[in-house]
Amino acid sequence: MSILGWLQQHVFFWMSPPWWTMTSILLQIIALVIPLMLAVAYLTFAERKIIGWMQVRMGPNRVTFFGIPWLGGWGQPIADAFKLIFKEIIIPAGANRFLFLLAPVLALGSALAAWAVIPLDATMGVTDVNAGLLYILAMTSVGVYGVIIAGWASNSKYAFLGALRSAAQIVAYEIAMGFALVSVLIAAGSLNLRDIVLRQDGGMAHWFWLPLLPMFVVYFISGVAETNRAPFDVAEGESEIVAGFHVEYSGMGFAVFFLAEYANMILIATLASVMFLGGWLSPLQGLAELWGGSTESLFATAYVGTFLGHGLHWLVFKVMFLLLLFLWFRATFPRYRYDQIMRLGWKVFIPMTIVWLIVVAVLVMAEVPPWFQRA
Amino acid sequence: MRAIINYLNSLLLWELVKGLGLTGRYLLDRKITIQYPEEKTPQSPRFRGLHALRRYPNGEERCIACKLCEAVCPAVAITIESEARADGTRRTTRYDIDLTKCIFCGFCEESCPVDSIVETRHYEYHGEARGDLLMTKEKLLKHGELHEERIAADRAREAPYR
Repeated sequence: MSILGWLQQHVFFWMSPPWWTMTSILLQIIALVIPLMLAVAYLTFAERKIIGWMQVRMGPNRVTFFGIPWLGGWGQPIADAFKLIFKEIIIPAGANRFLFLLAPVLALGSALAAWAVIPLDATMGVTDVNAGLLYILAMTSVGVYGVIIAGWASNSKYAFLGALRSAAQIVAYEIAMGFALVSVLIAAGSLNLRDIVLRQDGGMAHWFWLPLLPMFVVYFISGVAETNRAPFDVAEGESEIVAGFHVEYSGMGFAVFFLAEYANMILIATLASVMFLGGWLSPLQGLAELWGGSTESLFATAYVGTFLGHGLHWLVFKVMFLLLLFLWFRATFPRYRYDQIMRLGWKVFIPMTIVWLIVVAVLVMAEVPPWFQRA
Repeated sequence: MRAIINYLNSLLLWELVKGLGLTGRYLLDRKITIQYPEEKTPQSPRFRGLHALRRYPNGEERCIACKLCEAVCPAVAITIESEARADGTRRTTRYDIDLTKCIFCGFCEESCPVDSIVETRHYEYHGEARGDLLMTKEKLLKHGELHEERIAADRAREAPYR
């Protein structure tokens, strides 16, 4: 990383190597988490705007910065955050104080920790772990403990029911999600997320969404269920259990759960784009050849070439598209009935993933072009 | 055959895709929100807002304390007390409308034989202290004086239909 190298030479030159290692890791984490938190804040804004538009409303359009009229609404997430920071934190009588305060931290912590292994670019990313996919599976599973502990520690029947629902739902969908990831693993032949992206090199048709289309759909729908988003948000179920597991939380405790939910959405969208939509790879790759051009010369075009070529921005676009789907689903679908959620998870998704797992294994063994040829 | 089509439809989530298409169309649709303090919806001359008591052009108050409004009020929001004045006419000594009880049905203005109690087009008001929303005779008369021009115009316009 060139920026880190510059910092080491000019700002932190007085540090001994072990200290510098720690500092550089901290700096990378900060550089990742701050944009992520901003993205979370503005995802809530985007959600309110887009759902508003779909309901022929305008969404929040009042809070601005410095009274600039065309920024109407853009100050809303900041105002919301300030409101929540200054609200009183109420710990219910009979609640387990330690667990009650631990739960939101667990929920958010796991959502952020998973970002450690996500490759942002051919070189960018906090770490490059060979068992990245396993680590991701582990971290996304820890998130559910936040929900369960919150429901248990609140000493409230609504919170407890929400936690029970959430636990059962997440256990059901995690299996389908796991199988979907295993199929990616088989197709890519690697647990390293960067290698998984590089195996999809070659243009849109080479991305895994095509050979693994059912898996992509299953993974994304399971992701929606994992993050307790509509139409799978029975854990909140405001019509029957108020707000589910986080009824008893106020102020920052609630804010952290809120952040965790949206950070999880971003995480699921990012994972889906890394594993099925080619991560940072440009969708224009390979298209120029159809008209007799060459991809290399297209990406070398002056000024626009860097934009057309591979890079972090394509990952961001893909993630934004998937997040739009999350919001779109929420604006469109009514909440699933609980038994329907269970039926979909256990009786549709799991059999489907197992069958497609075998199909993928056969495709890989048969080295079916263009996806599974050995180089 | 039908069973196969049904199965395929449910497997490919066709209904859900159609639903997404519908919300997607509305995403780009023109928004119908009226941004209230800056924009307002058009108002009918028959709008039933805050009440007022009117006076004749010579300054004499119209109300003759017949208490028809008090009798017709379904929410029992009107309280009237009256006595004979020195010149022999009957006038109210107290005319209260409790706005917290009022349902703005407009029966009072319809029952009034002398067009005294009316509901105006004024609807942007509030109370900050206990009793602010209890309209006394003084407040009602004052409000009537304030809006007399518009009240008279609206009355004249709607007269043929009454």
